[in-house]
Amino acid sequence: MLELKNLHVAIGGNEILKGIDLKINAGEVHAIMGPNGSGKSTLASVLAGREEYEVTSGEVLFQGENLLDLDAETRAREGLFLAFQYPVEIPGVGNTYFLRTALNAIREHRGQPPLDAIDFLQLVREKADIVKLDPALLKRAVNEGFSGGEKKRNEIFHMAVLEPRLAILDETDSGLDIDALRIVSEGVNSLRSPERSFIVITHYQRLLDHIIPDSVHVLKDGRIVESGGRELALELEARGYDWLDSDPALEAAR
Amino acid sequence: MTDSTTMLEELASREYEHGFVTDIEQETFPPGLDEDVVRAISAKKNEPDWLTQWRLKAFRHWQTMEEPTWPKVDYDPIDYQAISYFAAPKKLLESLDEVDPEILATYKKLGIPLDEQKALAGVAVDAVFDSVSVATTYKDKLAEEGIIFCSFSEAVQDHPDLIRKYLGSVVPHTDNFFAALNSAVFSDGSFVYIPKGVRCPMELSTYFRINAPNTGQFERTLIVADEDAHVSYLEGCTAPQRDENQLHAAVVELVALDRAKIKYSTVQNWYPGDKETGVGGIFNFVTKRGICGEESKISWTQVETGSAITWKYPSVILKGDHSVGEFYSVALTAGRQQADTGTKMVHLGKNTRSTIISKGISAGKGQNSYRGLVKVAKGADNARNFSQCDSMLIGSECGAHTFPYIEIRNPSAQMEHEATTSKIGEDQIFYCNQRGISTEDAVSMIVNGFCKEVFKELPMEFAVEAQKLLGVSLEGSVG
Ligand SMILES: Nc1ncnc2c1ncn2[C@@H]1O[C@H](COP(=O)(O)OP(=O)(O)OP(=O)(O)O)[C@@H](O)[C@H]1O
Ligand SMILES: [Mg+2]
Repeated sequence: MLELKNLHVAIGGNEILKGIDLKINAGEVHAIMGPNGSGKSTLASVLAGREEYEVTSGEVLFQGENLLDLDAETRAREGLFLAFQYPVEIPGVGNTYFLRTALNAIREHRGQPPLDAIDFLQLVREKADIVKLDPALLKRAVNEGFSGGEKKRNEIFHMAVLEPRLAILDETDSGLDIDALRIVSEGVNSLRSPERSFIVITHYQRLLDHIIPDSVHVLKDGRIVESGGRELALELEARGYDWLDSDPALEAAR
Repeated sequence: MTDSTTMLEELASREYEHGFVTDIEQETFPPGLDEDVVRAISAKKNEPDWLTQWRLKAFRHWQTMEEPTWPKVDYDPIDYQAISYFAAPKKLLESLDEVDPEILATYKKLGIPLDEQKALAGVAVDAVFDSVSVATTYKDKLAEEGIIFCSFSEAVQDHPDLIRKYLGSVVPHTDNFFAALNSAVFSDGSFVYIPKGVRCPMELSTYFRINAPNTGQFERTLIVADEDAHVSYLEGCTAPQRDENQLHAAVVELVALDRAKIKYSTVQNWYPGDKETGVGGIFNFVTKRGICGEESKISWTQVETGSAITWKYPSVILKGDHSVGEFYSVALTAGRQQADTGTKMVHLGKNTRSTIISKGISAGKGQNSYRGLVKVAKGADNARNFSQCDSMLIGSECGAHTFPYIEIRNPSAQMEHEATTSKIGEDQIFYCNQRGISTEDAVSMIVNGFCKEVFKELPMEFAVEAQKLLGVSLEGSVG
């Protein structure tokens, strides 16, 4: 599904990702944890195609294609989805209208006919129900005036409608109350399938009680310094990140 | 993709499609303006002496006036002696069958609906080719209701009393530099009269088109809605690509007598000039004003996407008690376009109300100014105004400016003013891209959302047209 080879990324001449290797197979869920400012959102943005970030070296393969050659909308149409850490407000543009435009752009890319209004509304109702999205939010402008939790839930709702192959959830759990966390997690779990992969970025092991990952990676200072199974998350919860060294030279000397 | 976005996409991929030139024999005056030219125009149109004198009075006054410099627009001085003041197709025609097939073909390219289908859609079209009307449709159906809808020149011949009574009654020839010029040399335009108590059964629509090189276009429109009459009027225009600046100084006068309603909608799409240099764009200096009797209502809705320079303040004089004035505007400036537009609401009567909704969009190196005046006279008890002026910026090289003026002479007036400025952010575009939506569609979507309150005031088919125009006009404005 996705393979990163020695990915280096800089912004304004500052190197933020310093050689990431990662392989995610179809159907797998990978969690990425790590301290604030370690580069998790940067990784998500680069994969989604944000242009401000400069890939200085390395390679990314997505479904066998060179991902870095594609612009952001093509990546999305090919099935890459990012649930933003900070979802953006788009005043004046209705949530449903927005989503229909998005879905039909994706369908067109796949050679499918556009969904008509009736079929689309049915789909929207069905998916809104999965994440228990307040129907009023469908009628409002995209994220405008949404509470923090509503924005996160709306992201998962978008994901449910667009049915991506690879979904990257950037701290979708932060800002959610306990019930919402459960509902959103169930929403994610209901979308798990052998063809769909997830990258779940989080600070809290709690989320991983609901969404059971296949692997957990620790990103620190732009490098993956530790990988393991779900028990790694428990260990991080108990011990923090200090015991992990970010400098590979020091690590080797130990 | 939705219908409107695919449409936008398709349109966005075209160059300025109306930029073609029709080859038709013109009888055109040589450049220059003096009293003889004014007289010649009048003679050409077989006008009565009082009108010739009216033109001459305007011309003499114009000569004493200075071109205004207060608008926030920048252009090379206009040489009024280098302009030709009259152009007409060789002969006047009675019916569509007589119209030159080439003109008809041009209309087709422009999508001007002169055929039966449009009748079914309920629109009558008085098409103006250059300065002289060459075709008028559905006059008969309107005539049944006693409605007059014809070219201005025809009205001068057939309804001289109405013209004499109302011409210049809302915009006097002394009003401003461009109105004075128009009064002296106006070529043609439209005249509408709706008799007492009649509700016009269809939208009245006129398409204008500049098509002769070096010819100033001086339209004159007069709409009179008698007591209790209702009318909705649509005006839209396109123009072919030219290398010289073309001056357009139109005057529109609306008279709404007691309890009458006039709704005037415009989609303005004159050639905006070269994207990089601005060369060839239309200079659009328009005076539009309406006057309200008691309990009457005048509503201006405009979507201004074209022209190199737009200078235009559709206004309402709320003379009658309980009268209502509305102004809904979208003005878009991209490339090198400059717009200085807004409205004047003059409250004279008691319990008068006005609403102003202005949406300015600037992209590229465009400059967009809202200029508005709300005036409440001493005797205008309980006047109310609501104004909302929103600006949207796309990119960092454009500008938006607001100049709201308020003059209140009566303490009972209630004024409300809101203003916002927003920018289409990289973040918003990226968010849309990440959902599979192209940048162009994202911008159209955001801009159309921004303009929603104005578009909903437009008649249905115009609203669709307006959305298309915004998409086309913004093409290439966003990286
Ligand atoms: N546009 C930018 N300009 C300058 N620095 C940036 C930019 N984006 C990210 N950075 C820097 O890159 C580093 C990584 O940021 P990133 O947002 O990827 O961290 P994160 O791991 O997601 O942190 P958090 O857990 O707080 O969300 C930070 O030091 C941040 O300041
Ligand atoms: Mg982050």
